[in-house]
Amino acid sequence: MTSTVAGIPAIATVPPIVSHRLARRHTRHIKERIIEFFLFLAAASSVFTTFAIVYILVSESWVFFQQVPLRDFLFDTQWTPLFSDAHYGIMVLLSGTLVSSSVALLVAIPLGTIIAIYLSEFAPFTVREVAKPFLELLGGVPTIIYGYFALLFVTPLLQKIFPELPGFNLLSAGMVMGIMIIPYVSSISEDAMRAVPMNLREGSYAMGATRFQTALRVVTPAALSGIAAAYILGISRAVGETMILAVAAGMQPNLTWNPMEPAATVTAYIVQVALGDLPHGSIGYQTIFAAGLALMLITLFFNILGHLLRKYYRQAY
Amino acid sequence: MVATPIVEVTSAANPQQSKVLKAEVVDLNFHYGSVQALKGINMPLYEKHVTALIGPSGCGKSTLLRCFNRMHDLYPGNRYEGRIKLHPDDTNLLDPKVDPIEVRMRISMVFQKPNPFPKSIYENVAYGLRVRGVSKRSVLDDKVEEALSGAALWGEVKDRLRDLAFNLSGGQQQRLCIARALATDPEILLFDEPTSALDPIATASIEELIGDLKNKITILIVTHNMQQAARVSDFTAYMYIGELVEFDATDTIFIKPKNKQTEDYITGRFG
Ligand SMILES: Nc1ncnc2c1ncn2[C@@H]1O[C@H](COP(=O)(O)OP(=O)(O)O)[C@@H](O)[C@H]1O
Ligand SMILES: [Mg+2]
Repeated sequence: MTSTVAGIPAIATVPPIVSHRLARRHTRHIKERIIEFFLFLAAASSVFTTFAIVYILVSESWVFFQQVPLRDFLFDTQWTPLFSDAHYGIMVLLSGTLVSSSVALLVAIPLGTIIAIYLSEFAPFTVREVAKPFLELLGGVPTIIYGYFALLFVTPLLQKIFPELPGFNLLSAGMVMGIMIIPYVSSISEDAMRAVPMNLREGSYAMGATRFQTALRVVTPAALSGIAAAYILGISRAVGETMILAVAAGMQPNLTWNPMEPAATVTAYIVQVALGDLPHGSIGYQTIFAAGLALMLITLFFNILGHLLRKYYRQAY
Repeated sequence: MVATPIVEVTSAANPQQSKVLKAEVVDLNFHYGSVQALKGINMPLYEKHVTALIGPSGCGKSTLLRCFNRMHDLYPGNRYEGRIKLHPDDTNLLDPKVDPIEVRMRISMVFQKPNPFPKSIYENVAYGLRVRGVSKRSVLDDKVEEALSGAALWGEVKDRLRDLAFNLSGGQQQRLCIARALATDPEILLFDEPTSALDPIATASIEELIGDLKNKITILIVTHNMQQAARVSDFTAYMYIGELVEFDATDTIFIKPKNKQTEDYITGRFG
């Protein structure tokens, strides 16, 4: 039984002390419970934070809507909370958000998608390995830098083409915001495209399709749910972006659909008031919660839309 | 007594009758990078007959099949030596000067796992025509119906051509892939274990379909199932570790193979 065969250690003849083993298992058990508890705490804290934010937004907005009817908030065409003749039409700020976001998405969605298709289907390995970190860098640049890039570089450039373009405008801010969003759109889209199984691509090539046809007609539709998710994330980023707009699009509330004009967005207005010296509790201060709630509902809408799109396009491979 | 043998001679049961060469593999070597997967393959492919490739897993059946439509060109480092001559024009399919897309326009393929595209049933079948630039509605409609009928699927799907192909069952998906391959009127149809992902009923319907198709088209099929090879094919090639051990009429291979290795494999002594 105990004889050692060429290199194989003999089977232990002395049984390990049972109590010792049990004790070790006991401490391991407690350690696991502690780790589990901290993991739970970490997860719970994010849920708690979300609820706390929603609670504050809703309750503070409640105070606001005691004094301003919801009708005026939604349909008034002026936003002048600090004037003696105060108006609270959120459309004014939303128009700025909408126009700047649209400009940003007109830049980010086509470019981001093209980059994703190129990187996933065409780029040689080395190009991809070099390009990806640079793209990610684009998403890591602090937005204040993008803001000044828009104000001091892109706007003067655009003014060479459109001499009447004002120094603060939604176009320049939106375009730069679009550049900032490109990596969000491209990296998630690319991941989705690379997850498309090879046998689908082979099926397309076997039918005599070119690489380009395969990328556009088979891989892209197969990755649609992921690409849709990328677009939705891009939209959320655009709607929530603050610094670029505060710096380059101006702080003037302006109900407009023209990207060549300056206009404050919801976010730019919120920083403006939050940094100003309005007394807490005043109706002027309360506006930022109502504006914040509106912003959150928009983002929520897009997130739900993204979720539904994902479910709709979900295909089992 | 006199009438019976005449019927037998003209039936497909005797493949030696009226065999016309469709393609010819000549001294084919194939390398995956530094790994040689095919060694000196020589083999004929007869027009409007079914040829089966059998042999143990990893012997190179798929590799040989995928030479016919230059599938290996998709991946870097792969290398062909030798020729596959396509008749009647005597084109060497493996010639680097021959565009693989041209080859795939003439030779279609059906894969092991059904791989319908994320499109409607109609658009799946029309795909090959669309990538060839066909966009005329009436032409597409006719071809789609013809191909789906050819794949014995028309009756089941004619009322829901706009449905996503993913909603079909596995067997229907595979027949859809066959329809997709047929829609471009290929000269040769390649099958790589087309029933290995299907249940027995779906398998039977695909086998029956292959029997119908060989009246119109030359078929090369890889199968790991010897009964299937015996049921559907007229000729059989037995491969072993990258080499072609024996090629003959299916009856001969299964009843009195000349090679001892083939016999052992057929009788289940290894593999
Ligand atoms: N992409 C590849 N790279 C390197 N070797 C491969 C590749 N594909 C297949 N092989 C090898 O080539 C041989 C033949 O494979 P394959 O043709 O797929 O066999 P079969 O279809 O007969 O099962 C196997 O030894 C396999 O490991
Ligand atoms: Mg195989």
